[in-house]
Amino acid sequence: MAEPVLSVKNLTVQFPTRRGVLTAVDDISFDIMAGEVLGVVGESGAGKSMTGAAVIGLIEPPGRISGGEIRLKGERIDNIAPDAMRAIRGRRIGMIFQDPLTSLNPLYRISQQIIETIRTHLHVGEAEARKRAIKLLDDVGIPDAARRIDDYPHQFSGGMRQRVVIALALCAEPDLVIADEPTTALDVSVQAQIIDVMKELCRERNAAIMLVTHDMGVIAETADRVAVMYAGRLAEIGPVRDVIKNAFHPYTQGLMGSIPSLTTDLDRLLQIPGSMPRLSAIPKGCPFNPRCPKVFDRCRIERPDADPVAPDRRVACWLYPEVTPA
Amino acid sequence: MSAPLLDVRHLSRRFDVSKPWLNRVIERIPRVHVRAVDDVSFEIAKGETFALVGESGSGKSTIARLIVGLLKPSDGEIIFDGKSLARGLKGAEARRLRRRFQMIFQDPFASLNPRWRVTEIVAEPLKVFNTHKSDRERRKRVGELLSLVGLSPEDGAKFPHQFSGGQRQRVAIARALAANPEFIVCDEPTSALDVSVQAQILNLMKDLQAEFGLTYVFISHNLSVVRHMANRIGVLYLGRLVEVAPSHDLFARPQHPYTRMLLDAVPDVEMTGRRRKKVEGEIPSPLNPPSGCAFNPRCPFANERCRIEVPALKPWRGQPVACHGIEEGRIPDGPAQPIASVTAP
Repeated sequence: MAEPVLSVKNLTVQFPTRRGVLTAVDDISFDIMAGEVLGVVGESGAGKSMTGAAVIGLIEPPGRISGGEIRLKGERIDNIAPDAMRAIRGRRIGMIFQDPLTSLNPLYRISQQIIETIRTHLHVGEAEARKRAIKLLDDVGIPDAARRIDDYPHQFSGGMRQRVVIALALCAEPDLVIADEPTTALDVSVQAQIIDVMKELCRERNAAIMLVTHDMGVIAETADRVAVMYAGRLAEIGPVRDVIKNAFHPYTQGLMGSIPSLTTDLDRLLQIPGSMPRLSAIPKGCPFNPRCPKVFDRCRIERPDADPVAPDRRVACWLYPEVTPA
Repeated sequence: MSAPLLDVRHLSRRFDVSKPWLNRVIERIPRVHVRAVDDVSFEIAKGETFALVGESGSGKSTIARLIVGLLKPSDGEIIFDGKSLARGLKGAEARRLRRRFQMIFQDPFASLNPRWRVTEIVAEPLKVFNTHKSDRERRKRVGELLSLVGLSPEDGAKFPHQFSGGQRQRVAIARALAANPEFIVCDEPTSALDVSVQAQILNLMKDLQAEFGLTYVFISHNLSVVRHMANRIGVLYLGRLVEVAPSHDLFARPQHPYTRMLLDAVPDVEMTGRRRKKVEGEIPSPLNPPSGCAFNPRCPFANERCRIEVPALKPWRGQPVACHGIEEGRIPDGPAQPIASVTAP
């Protein structure tokens, strides 16, 4: 079997505070293969952005990776020196953040920002870098790229800015792109355009994408596989179609049921009672047990691991017996 | 049909976004206005939920603010239960009318005063409208309101920061209900919330509507939420209404090319295999809107007339649509959406 581009094993991220240690990401494992899009969904506080930040080594102190390992094409990147990580960030892992206005420097022209990034990571001259930058902007769908490249970020609309950010993330031809809520700040009609551009370019370049979002619609359209997170833990992971059409974990089922549908008339939405626990008060056993409609005794005592229950599917729930792959 | 509860007629609002006087004189540039809302008319009957959808910059929040009187219209009239609000009401009459409509805002983190306890926040309308005179009466009523929205009366002693986003929105709803209104303007009430919390709030709003016979104006950019909540929907584009239709018809047979585009752009959560059509272009700047129909640069059916003449909202098969192409019959009926055939299991 081919080696995954990104392999995360038993990753744990903790924040020591005066009131004790908070565990933001708790024992998470997943792989992403080349050319694959892994969607990471969850509600706010589920630890999805923190997982992305851990992979690119941008966890703010006092937070730290306290366990597990992250491998990029087989090499460990979670324990390397900050300088070495800086060389990987941008070069081998590209990043796209939610708000395109804050990820671009308002005082520099788009050309300066892209050319600087290209020249930092690749050994090319100024003229060659500019040529590549124009080609990239053209690829992400900016009309009249040769002229627009010398504009400032404020001269672009929100959707166009996000295209520039995608161009920046891809300019060093990374193996992996981490997109943290890339379309949340955009209108629906523009959202669809951005998703298409991102998907197409990564497929062409055979880059893997880790797509972090709270929007199930975006996941359904974009991802190949999806990981559902709850209270810092992996609730369920599997092919996107299976998870959406036939969710195993009661949390995923509730999440899907609470999305108003465009195709069916429902009088009431399915509702999960209560809210996500705070990090300082995660219940014992399965973190979802106080809100789970199918809870039984074992859930309150023993914590389920995300174990394989079907081909290519892992679920952290005592309802499903573990299946050892043949 | 009985007289509508709210009747909005030719409502317009312009904002002056000119540079300062000195700059205008030196640089010889004229005043600049944005037409945030441009000649919008609609009616809302008692007990219904009327939704306004549109992308950012389409003027939906401005309309909400105009209705509740946070902004004054530049032109047009807002008639609530037979009385015009736009001409300015004074004194006791204003107070009596004002009590009957309330607003729920988008961001429950910004709409609650962080220095007030929840009891004080919810009791404020009771004080302002002088419906409950003594402190004890007010406290009792606040307790009832909090239980009504699914919080506990003891929560009244807490401050807003001690609540999650969904709970804060419940507090905002309790405050809106405090004055026993008939009419509530909800400006993106769930867009700051997670989906599972959104479901709780939407269910609560529906329950309250059934219990108290409330009329809602529901403003949102999220089409699936709008479909779930509304009886009728108005689609806004750059400050103008382009289509008004009953919720089911709008989703089954969207007429205006913009509505069709908007529906096509919604991600397919249920993975029905519906193919999204690629949407071209972006909403233009309201500072410099295209001439004629504002949608013409993105419209696949645009012709010369669309570029010159602003289409008016005219009934087409009983539903108002503002489109020359529809009127002339040169736009084919869209393929019936798969949505039309499917009903609840």
